[in-house]
Amino acid sequence: MPVIEVKNLSKVFGKNTKQSLKLLDDGKTKDEILKQTGDTVGVNRASFEVEAGEIFVIMGLSGSGKSTLIRLINRLIEPTEGSVMIDGENLATMNKENLRRVRREKLSMVFQKFGLFPFRTILENAEYGLEVQGMPKAERAEKAKKALELVGLGDYIQQYPDQLSGGMQQRVGLARALANDPEVLLMDEAFSALDPLIRKDMQDELLELQQSMKKTIIFITHDLDEALRIGDRIALMKDGSIVQIGTPEDILVNPANDYVERFVEDVDRSKVLTAENIMRRPETINIEKHGPRVALERMREEGLSSIYVTDNKRNLKGYVTADDASIARKKEIRDIKEILKTDVPTVERDKPMNEIIEIIYDSPVPIAVVEEGKLVGIIIRGSVLAALAGESEVRLNAE
Amino acid sequence: MLNNLPQIPLSDWVNSFTSWLTSTFSFIFNPIRNQFGDFMSWTADLLASIPAIIVIILVAVLAFFISGKRIGLSVFSIIGLLLIYNQGLWSELMYTFTLVLISSLLSVIIGVPIGILMSKSKVAETIILPVLDFMQTMPAFVYLIPAVAFFSIGMVPGVFASLIFATPPTVRFTNLGIRQVSTELVEAAEAFGSTGAQRLFKVELPMAKGTIMAGINQTVMLALSMVVIASMIGAPGLGRPVLSALQRAQAGPGFVAGISIVILAIIIDRITQNIYKSK
Ligand SMILES: Nc1ncnc2c1ncn2[C@@H]1O[C@H](COP(=O)(O)OP(=O)(O)OP(=O)(O)O)[C@@H](O)[C@H]1O
Ligand SMILES: [Mg+2]
Repeated sequence: MPVIEVKNLSKVFGKNTKQSLKLLDDGKTKDEILKQTGDTVGVNRASFEVEAGEIFVIMGLSGSGKSTLIRLINRLIEPTEGSVMIDGENLATMNKENLRRVRREKLSMVFQKFGLFPFRTILENAEYGLEVQGMPKAERAEKAKKALELVGLGDYIQQYPDQLSGGMQQRVGLARALANDPEVLLMDEAFSALDPLIRKDMQDELLELQQSMKKTIIFITHDLDEALRIGDRIALMKDGSIVQIGTPEDILVNPANDYVERFVEDVDRSKVLTAENIMRRPETINIEKHGPRVALERMREEGLSSIYVTDNKRNLKGYVTADDASIARKKEIRDIKEILKTDVPTVERDKPMNEIIEIIYDSPVPIAVVEEGKLVGIIIRGSVLAALAGESEVRLNAE
Repeated sequence: MLNNLPQIPLSDWVNSFTSWLTSTFSFIFNPIRNQFGDFMSWTADLLASIPAIIVIILVAVLAFFISGKRIGLSVFSIIGLLLIYNQGLWSELMYTFTLVLISSLLSVIIGVPIGILMSKSKVAETIILPVLDFMQTMPAFVYLIPAVAFFSIGMVPGVFASLIFATPPTVRFTNLGIRQVSTELVEAAEAFGSTGAQRLFKVELPMAKGTIMAGINQTVMLALSMVVIASMIGAPGLGRPVLSALQRAQAGPGFVAGISIVILAIIIDRITQNIYKSK
């Protein structure tokens, strides 16, 4: 069941909201409405659902309405129309008191410029959400400390925000949001103010946290790379409307319209890069020497769910999966050939990446890169996305 | 042709309004005049009864700590206060200090809540801002007239006039300070489910503290500047020797009393400034 259901949510800034909504019905654009009524369309009929434990990314250019949308969800901005359901309650229409309760218990927010209180210590900042609930000092301090330890700031609790670096300050922002154990984290460009390296660390950390804590996260960014890295699903906004919702692959492979296509255009690396740019050194076993036991051992060491099999001359023979290998071991099968699969997806070194995306999308195993029948590398799904997102690991001059 | 228009009896209106106020509210004004006047004299006498040397030491110690353990302000305070004592103006100094202290306190007690109200309500701001402008631009002497009508002469009308003249900066700066709190911090307070009061006391007022203190500093200085003016309606203090020196065209005593006011002003200014600069 979805944690949050947003239906037909709209925000029109201005005085003639009724008229503007009608014009939206008539299919008028944001610019036309601005001219006609003087109103600014912030968000136009946004509908989506966010599942429990999902990282839902909202992406779009500056002014496309991302910040407005996320603030409609916790009603920092009053919606003009539409509903936001959370656990069966409509946030858009509930009274002040209920709204406060939902904000305290279910929704926490992390801000672009951190939004820390400069006159409070790190600990007191992290305590804020619990403090306003009236929790006794000792209890909230303990919870806040735990949250700060979780983000690696256990030693800094008596410092003040301006004594910390940007990355650390945003960790405090994250800890403050986690301290009252909300169901949903709302993050508005939470990492945009950080420099690129720190930013990547924070993304990794967020992914880890999400793995262990299973929070539902709505994350806003104007940065496609970031969206691809952390998003389970991505919603693309333009002029206040959501133009496409899909997985990162969906967005890259099947852009819903020109706008999306243009947005992902600077990912045109996909046409420049080829298989050899993104392939990795393959882990293999030797069909002449190794049995299922070794295969299983190697897979466990490397954390793989399948492994390629070659002969002495590195000619590609196929692959085995961890499941098959472990069954084989139980049945005491010695010969790897009995569990060898040969439906290997292969490409040549010079295969352009946009074609690889289509192959890898349906493939349960990494793609093998071959040259005259010999295995020279493998391509995993992660490195395709990473390459599209323009990461440094991509070797433009493969050896 | 313009001369043919009859003169609008504006001053008559104000006159009759003031006397109406005076007679209608005398049941309020009279007790204030009596009780509050007694209280102020009592405070001033109490201060004057403390041996001067103890007051001087206390001020010097306070100045030392509040200026971040630097010696300058303390030295200045000691020399300045000794000079005033030496000139035989000590009890006048105590009266002036009492007047400034009490009218500033009242200004703050009245001004900060009004400032908060203004910051929360666009309507209140629109109404109050021009009133503040009016209060500050009207020559301060003018306030003495209704002050005397309401409270007769002495310290109480001085405080009243000072209140009207000196409160606006506190109101303005409180309003400004709260409005200047960044949207993100206000959003943070809201997003975590603060009530209005929690948002005000836990976020906005602490953030606005420096600005509000700057306003209070100005209020105190304006209150002090009312001292000489208030002596025209019989308020005791350092203004009196200035006034009488003026009436008799005696440069000497006028200068001595004037320099005493300056010394007091500098000490109060530096001390209040340091309060709002210290975090
Ligand atoms: N308080 C407001 N009053 C009037 N118009 C507003 C207000 N807030 C936002 N808007 C308008 O709504 C639209 C969406 O703004 P929003 O801040 O949501 O964009 P955004 O996608 O977050 O952009 P950015 O990437 O720059 O943060 C813009 O056209 C903006 O001018
Ligand atoms: Mg924004």
